[in-house]
Amino acid sequence: MSAVTHGVADPVRFHLAEEPHHPDGGSTMLGFWIYLMSDCLIFAILFASYGVIGGNYAAGPAPKDLFELPLVAVNTSFLLLSSITYGFAMLEMARNRQGATLAWLAVTGLFGLGFLSIELYEFAHLIAEGATPQRSGFLSAFFTLVGTHGLHVTFGTIWLVTLMVQVSRHGLIEANRRRLMCLSMFWHFLDVIWIGVFTFVYLLGVLR
Amino acid sequence: MTEPSIPISPIFGRLTLAALPLHEPILVVTFIAVALGGAAVVGALTYFRLWGYLWREWFTSVDHKKIGIMYMVLGLVMLLRGFSDALMMRLQQAIAFGGSDGYLPAHHYDQVFTAHGVIMIFFVAMPFVTGLMNYVVPLQIGARDVSFPFLNNFSFWMTTAGAIIVMMSLFIGEFAQTGWLAFPPLSGLGASPYVGVDYYIWALQVAGVGTTLSGINLVCTIIKMRAPGMSLMKMPVFTWTSLCTNILIVASFPVLTAVLALLGLDRYVGTNFFTNDFGGNPMMYVNLIWIWGHPEVYILILPLFGVFSEVTATFSGKKLFGYTSMVYATVVITILSYLVWLHHFFTMGSGASVNSFFGITTMIISIPTGAKIFNWLFTMYRGRIRFELPMMWTVAFMLTFVIGGMTGVLLAVPPADFVLHNSLFLIAHFHNVIIGGVLFGLFAAIAYWWPKAFGFKLDPFWGHVSFWCWVVGFWFAFAPLYVLGLMGVTRRMRVFDDPSLQIWFVIAAFGAVLIACGIAAFLIQIAVSILRRDSLRDETGDPWGGRTLEWATSSPPPDYNFAFTPVIHDNDAWADMKKRGYERPLTGFRPIHMPANTGTGVILSGLSIGLAFGLIWYIWWLAGLSFLGILAVSIAHTFNYHRDFHIPADEVSRTEAERTARLAAGVPA
Repeated sequence: MSAVTHGVADPVRFHLAEEPHHPDGGSTMLGFWIYLMSDCLIFAILFASYGVIGGNYAAGPAPKDLFELPLVAVNTSFLLLSSITYGFAMLEMARNRQGATLAWLAVTGLFGLGFLSIELYEFAHLIAEGATPQRSGFLSAFFTLVGTHGLHVTFGTIWLVTLMVQVSRHGLIEANRRRLMCLSMFWHFLDVIWIGVFTFVYLLGVLR
Repeated sequence: MTEPSIPISPIFGRLTLAALPLHEPILVVTFIAVALGGAAVVGALTYFRLWGYLWREWFTSVDHKKIGIMYMVLGLVMLLRGFSDALMMRLQQAIAFGGSDGYLPAHHYDQVFTAHGVIMIFFVAMPFVTGLMNYVVPLQIGARDVSFPFLNNFSFWMTTAGAIIVMMSLFIGEFAQTGWLAFPPLSGLGASPYVGVDYYIWALQVAGVGTTLSGINLVCTIIKMRAPGMSLMKMPVFTWTSLCTNILIVASFPVLTAVLALLGLDRYVGTNFFTNDFGGNPMMYVNLIWIWGHPEVYILILPLFGVFSEVTATFSGKKLFGYTSMVYATVVITILSYLVWLHHFFTMGSGASVNSFFGITTMIISIPTGAKIFNWLFTMYRGRIRFELPMMWTVAFMLTFVIGGMTGVLLAVPPADFVLHNSLFLIAHFHNVIIGGVLFGLFAAIAYWWPKAFGFKLDPFWGHVSFWCWVVGFWFAFAPLYVLGLMGVTRRMRVFDDPSLQIWFVIAAFGAVLIACGIAAFLIQIAVSILRRDSLRDETGDPWGGRTLEWATSSPPPDYNFAFTPVIHDNDAWADMKKRGYERPLTGFRPIHMPANTGTGVILSGLSIGLAFGLIWYIWWLAGLSFLGILAVSIAHTFNYHRDFHIPADEVSRTEAERTARLAAGVPA
């Protein structure tokens, strides 16, 4: 691009006279989204590992010997419902109703805990049956994939409680809204991952 | 040392006094030297009462410039460690002939070559590259800091924690003896039962947290924080290459994290991901780690391609030739870097079709890379070239890197690779591109941006000494390895039978000594420059006739970088401003909003070292407490809502007036 004008009398401005107002945390949503994508990649590797060695039973139990779909269906519905209730919390936040926001967050947390309890029960049951993570490549990949998702839900729940404390202390201020938005993305992201787990691990597992 | 049946105590885990390498004279002497040196540094800092200054002004700083400099210091310190390992290997291989065992026992030699690779990639090249991007990118885009200043400080300290964990392994226990990528089953519990591989895993996991977060941070910074008017295609090329590098970091380091976690599960829990039995698959590890590993080499080289672009344009006194093609070439390399990982193990036996695919994609990468070389050459063509130090490194890079690239294309041919796989030819190839590309680029960058960071140029005499020692030393050290590789000598050998090979290893060792002189000259250059800083001083802020925005502000830049946010109208914003008669604003300053310092990053990094140490030595209480500590400190940190402050307008005004006075004094009337 060639300069049209030259010299000191140039009307072109080279700086802003006022300090631009960068809204606090203007990059947070983008940054958190990129973080989620990097986390997604970790799950991608776990899915890929499951794809490679998920059929290696080492003469041990196979998915259809182990999985109880009704239990997993309850589990799945808990997690899906928790996403809906988190959505309700965000709607209440948009209406600026702190009490209702906190209430829906609490319901979300309870669904999360319910999900984790069922998962732990399932794990304990499998281990008691001798289907331990050490038993075969399939079980190593299964426990790691599902367990990593469970760990994420655990951290999400700790984060949820932290945010509830912060919202009740400081109200629905800008910083807290931003944090609730981040956790919202995180929570829905875990739901999407779980749909993958449910489909590829459980449903396809009992089919093969 | 590798005693698998050490009883595990509830207090000390498997850590016993036997873990201290008191029976290894080399390590004892090293330890004494490090301890004395460390004590001297600590003593000096205490005597001159510098701890408070370091803590307030540096360790807790969220200023991207200071963090950038700290990354560079970390890289330099670790370069000395990684290079000592290199010298030890060259000496061992030069003398271990004719029945001689050399001077390094096998288990020690294996740790040395593993540590050399790990340190050079993760704790030398990565900190150097990250430090450079941290320092330069916000200045080039006219920003006051990065998007997430606290995360930036935290990332630095996590990288440092990883380096500290590797250094601890030198004196407490052992490091991995597996080679730098720790392939199973060798790195599994059966073949490596002691702490070496655990040190490896946790050092990289801790540092990996820092690298990933730093990648996210810089991507956001470049996307969100550019000065008004700077559209993507008006960004400086270094910023472009940094953007691509950080996208690669974000899209590849999670793979490393995942694969090392799986290896960790195999070792700690007894799962069967990479075992030979119970349905494990060791080759899955090799595939996964190279899906990270190949993008990693582009993470290292791309920012330096940016440096060469800036340097060539500046020192040729011309606009960069083919800016658009340079950007597209960078983007194409970014994408292709994910499609070539299998060329690292054509010998896996995946068949002709798969090998051909990966061979061809590998060769295709040489097209955008070649385009870049031509762009630099055409920039120099008919330019008014000034052979200052950065430009000398750039020319040396072009000559060296082209050879390395061509040997790379040779290796990309699967049948040739079957012969050359894991030979010294491969070693020569990747040192040719990493030293000739990354290291030469870093020296160009340091010489180029040093005056920006400190306000005075580097001493040219010692710079020339360092340059010639490095360039000549490189060829003496690695040309023999090409020859040996073609003769079929494999990598990581400790002793040799064939006496006719010895002369080549002696030549290589001589090259390593020359490189040692190059490193020494570089350190002398820094010392001499600091001593002679008054005669090397640059008051203009633009010592080279620069073209991009970082040269518009003072050297060193004030905390807030730019008193007013710049507005960009063209590529090479600063060259454009100079051409159109830009005048510095002298009045009308406003208060500037800045992030506040915090010590949380240091604390979290310290706790991470505790967590890693506990996990490595099976000291479960330490690991548990450190983990709870990390959780508690992180949560407590989020309860602090006041993380910023304003620099008052009169302070900005005072700083700018001082610069006006300096500029007036420096300009002859």
